[in-house]
Parts: sequence; C-alpha cells; structure tokens
Amino acid sequence: MSTADRLPRLLALVPYLMSHPGAQVPEVAKIFGLSEKQLIDDLQLVWMCGLPGHTPGDLIDVSWDGGEIVIDNADTIARPLRLGVDEASALLVALRMLAEMPEFGERDALSRVIAKFEQAAGEGAATVSSQVAVEVDATPDALPVVNEGLRRGRRLSLRYYVPGRDEITPREVDPMRLVVVDGRSYLSGWCYRAEAVRLFRLDRMLSVEVLDVPAAPPEDAVPDEVTPGVFRPSPTDELVELELTPAGRWVAEYYPCESVEELGEGRLRVALRARDQGWLLRLALRLGDTGRVVSPASLAGTVREAAAAALNRYESVS
Amino acid sequence: MSRRKTERLLNLVICLLATRRPLSAEHIRQAVPGYDSANDEAFQRMFERDKNELREIGIPIEVQKDPWEDDPGYRIVRQAYELPEITLEADEAAVVGLAARVWQRASLAEAASGALLKLRAGGVETDETGGMLGGALELRVDTQDPAFPALWEAVRDRRPVRFPYRVAAGESVLTRTVEPWGVVSRRGRWYVVGHDRDRDAPRAFRLSRISGPVTPAGRPGTVVVPEGVNVKEMVGYPDERPLNKRAAVIRVREGTCQGLRQVAKAVRPADEGWDELEVDFTDPERLAGWVAGFAADALVVGPPDARDAVISRLKGALA
Repeated sequence: MSTADRLPRLLALVPYLMSHPGAQVPEVAKIFGLSEKQLIDDLQLVWMCGLPGHTPGDLIDVSWDGGEIVIDNADTIARPLRLGVDEASALLVALRMLAEMPEFGERDALSRVIAKFEQAAGEGAATVSSQVAVEVDATPDALPVVNEGLRRGRRLSLRYYVPGRDEITPREVDPMRLVVVDGRSYLSGWCYRAEAVRLFRLDRMLSVEVLDVPAAPPEDAVPDEVTPGVFRPSPTDELVELELTPAGRWVAEYYPCESVEELGEGRLRVALRARDQGWLLRLALRLGDTGRVVSPASLAGTVREAAAAALNRYESVS
Repeated sequence: MSRRKTERLLNLVICLLATRRPLSAEHIRQAVPGYDSANDEAFQRMFERDKNELREIGIPIEVQKDPWEDDPGYRIVRQAYELPEITLEADEAAVVGLAARVWQRASLAEAASGALLKLRAGGVETDETGGMLGGALELRVDTQDPAFPALWEAVRDRRPVRFPYRVAAGESVLTRTVEPWGVVSRRGRWYVVGHDRDRDAPRAFRLSRISGPVTPAGRPGTVVVPEGVNVKEMVGYPDERPLNKRAAVIRVREGTCQGLRQVAKAVRPADEGWDELEVDFTDPERLAGWVAGFAADALVVGPPDARDAVISRLKGALA
C-alpha cells in the first residue's frame, strides 16, 4: 500500500481493532500487509486523533503493551467505510463467474452471498457487476469425473490430446486441484508419465476414469502456479523470429511473444519460444503467405520442404 | 500524503461523523487541528482539496444549504458512511475467499483485497484458504490488456470513450468512439461492447487490438445501456453460427492428424496407410489454416474451394 492509501487503511484498522480486542501486533500487521514498525507508526498516528476539542478525553486511546493492541474511545469510526463501487464490483463479478460454473458445489451459499453483497454494495456496484462478465466455457465432459477424483482423492487415468505435438497419450494423474483460468478449466496434478506436476485442459481429455487407487502425489509436489500464463515455454527453448503481414498479426494476440516490433504498414516482427518444433512447423504452414520464418534458418528450410512435399501430393493425387 | 495531512483528514472524518447538525467551514476550521494556522485563502484551498480527497475514497460528505444561512454546512451521515451489518455463514465465507482471489492484476486485485479488509474490519470472518472447498478449486482471471483499467472505469462511470483500434487483419488503425455497455472476457480474451458512434450500431471490440490510450469522449453518467442488452451475447465467433455448414473430405496418414480425427464426424479406411475423414466446416480459410499445418500428412479431396485454399496456403509458405 502506498502512503496515499493510508487514510483508507486507518479507517479499516480502527474498526478491525475494535472488533478484535486483544489482537496481536504481528497478526494485525500481516493482515494489513504492513511491517510491525509501520503498524506501530499507524497506531501512534491514530492516538493523536479524536473528537473536536482534542482533550485527552476526546482522543482515541490505543496501547500495544507486550504486543497486545487495546483500543478505546473510537466509537465514531468503529464501523468500516462501506464498500466502494470497485471493491464491491470486483467481488460481485467474481461471484457471478462462480455462479456460471457448472458443477460448482456451493451454489446455495453462492446465491446467498451474491444477494448479501448486492444489498451491501448499493446500486452502482450491482450495475457495474452485471456489465463486466467473464464467460465460462461450456461444461467439459470430463468435469464430473475429474471432480469425483478430486473429492475422493483417487488417481485418474486419461487419454490426453496435446495439440503442440498432435499426439494422444495415456496418462495416469494424481489430481491436486481444479484451476479455472479465464473461464477455461484445467486439472493440476502429478503426472506419472512426466514425473512432474502438469496442467491438463479438461476439454482435451478424450476420456477420463477414476481408478481405484488412492492419489498419492509426492509430498513436495506443489500445484502448478498458473500465473502469469498457462502457455509457458522454457527460456532454454530456441528463439524463433517471424515476420507477419497484417493478416498474420493474430499470432501476436494468441501466443506470448518475447518481443513485438512494428515494421510499418501493419506488419510485425515477433520473437517467441516454443517447446515443440512440430508446433512451430504447423504454425508456419498455417500462416502461408501471411507469415515468414526469419530465423533460425533451419526452421525456414524445414517449412519450405514440408510445403513442397505437401504440394507434391496434391499434384500427384488430382 | 504527509503524516500531518493524514492526521488532519482523519480528524476531519471523525468531526463530520460526530456532528448531528451540519457544520460551517469556519466551525470546522476551529474544530479540526491542522487548519488553525492557515490564513483564510489557504484554508479555503486546503478544505476544498480535503473534501475532494475524502470523496475520492468513497466518503459521502453531505452539503446542506439553508436559505437563511450564508454558508453551507457539512457533515457525514453515518448510515451512508458505514458498512451495513453483514454476517457470513462458514460456507459463504469460503465462497467469498475464493472470489477475492480471482483477480490477477493490480487494480481489481487491490479492490478485492480492500473489500475483504473492510469486511474483516467489520467483524466478518472470510475464509482465505478456500475452506470447505479444500483448496481444490482455484479461479484466475487475467486483465493484462493495457486498455482494461480505463474501460472498467468508463463502464463504471457510464462515460463515452475514444480509442485507436486496429481493424482485424488490417494494417489501418482507426479512431473509434464508443458508448461502453460492458466488458466481457471470452476464452481468455477481453472485449468491450457498446454503441459505436461512428457506425451508429452496437459493436464489440477486442481489447488486444486497441493500440493506444483510451480517452474520455463525453461526460460521466451519459451512457445509457439499453434495456434488455446482454453484454455476453454481443461477443461471439461467427463460426458458431450455424451458417452454411459443409463437409470436407480429407485423407490423412494413419497414426497422424489426431486433432483432425477428433472433430471428424466420420472416419473410414482409404488407400493403404491412409484414412478418409469427413470434417464439418464453414469457412474454407479457417479449415485450410488447420489442414495446411499437417503438411503432407493431410490432403483435402474436396470441396474444391477448401482444397484450393490449402494449396494456396502451402504455396504461400513455400515462397
């Protein structure tokens, strides 16, 4: 929090201390995202404030002897400020997205919460939150089975399609978490084939079944962190440079590029990394004359060879 | 904000909340420490700025002008200021904790955690571990487009905006003036939907194609969202409309083209080592982009326009 946020913070801190008598300095500092020193500084400031008159009897009384915070004489600001439009909307948009999720188990709690916040937030936020929406993909067929595996803690057996390699592989996965990123569902779990935690998109599971084996991911396995993006090539993958015409610009919108340079007249030069050469080849062929591999030269050569071989077939089978 | 100023503002809030009757500026000047040393003009400026800052953080200051008084009176009405009493059951608290973690970028993530902090300050316990959901469900929404914050604000403030927009697959950048009705995320992409003033029609714009700053093009409160508009329905791919669906016949090498095989409505064996697929499509160019990627492993037999589209892609890649 910057210093400009200090007043809003104090207006939440005082009510927090009023509703949590005897709260400890370290615990409160953590909740408010402060160092203990910063928190004490806040308390010292609060201690200087109070009702007009500012006699000792008018001032807020606060002490933190032995780390235990006691506050008194702050009844005027004992309740927090109501939720701002942005605050209430941020929660409501997220809650409405949850409500769209098929199979979300806490539907009943969800509708109660939405009603409570709509009421608490006032009309501004209720309106905004119906105008900002995150669409959730249609129920992937795999979802009920994946959920069952998670709930019962059972290993899953999948047939999984990897578009990057255009491959279908069987996998055994110990499910750890269901992750919904920008409305799309993924299973995060320990993959025995990769011997690592992997993310599996539910709509790419061709089949999934629950095995009668308890899920037992290694103890130090951490669910895959899905930010900043699910498409995460490794920095050791080779850097590929492409030149795109205006009709090929979509590449820069769809895939994370390390650099994007405008070349004028709507043309772009982009650099990206991909784990898989096959994927790059397919991308270059798909682009046709709307994109060109600048480097590495070996990839450019492979693209030309593949295109020539394919054209050959069209000529021979006509 | 300096410490002295924070102190002054906090005292001002307490003063305005504590009073039942509206207080004149002069009264406030005497009552709130920090104003006393300023001369008349300096005080006026300070007080104006302070009121604005309090309003910016959402504190409702009521101004009362009585006909028999020269100066307006100020106060904060408690009911308008305070967070209403909210109680959350354990299952509700878990849901709120989950919702508060959804946003991944500064503006909304801060707003969500600010909301959570106020709730906790009000004695509402939220569950940030995911509670009964056992941490088995995570939701993430990213708003990485630089235009997002300005458009969120425009929707919130019901304010028309102007922005440079790159036409799909085009080289030209045009300025668009839009009355925003909403912002929608679909399949990982954000769109702003609303009334396009230049074309005098409802339109959707992709945020990733907004190539410069979003600036106001009118006063706040002037955008009216027409009754019955569903912002989500305004965003969609043309392909999903059941237009002129046709079937392409594609030969694929055995053991290859898994992606194509999955969407095929029929698969039958063809010549030695080859299968023949029937795949529905609407736009031959889209189909061609996909099939061309498989190079010599896939060959469109027909219809002719789909076949030609693939051949021209491949020639393009050869050049």
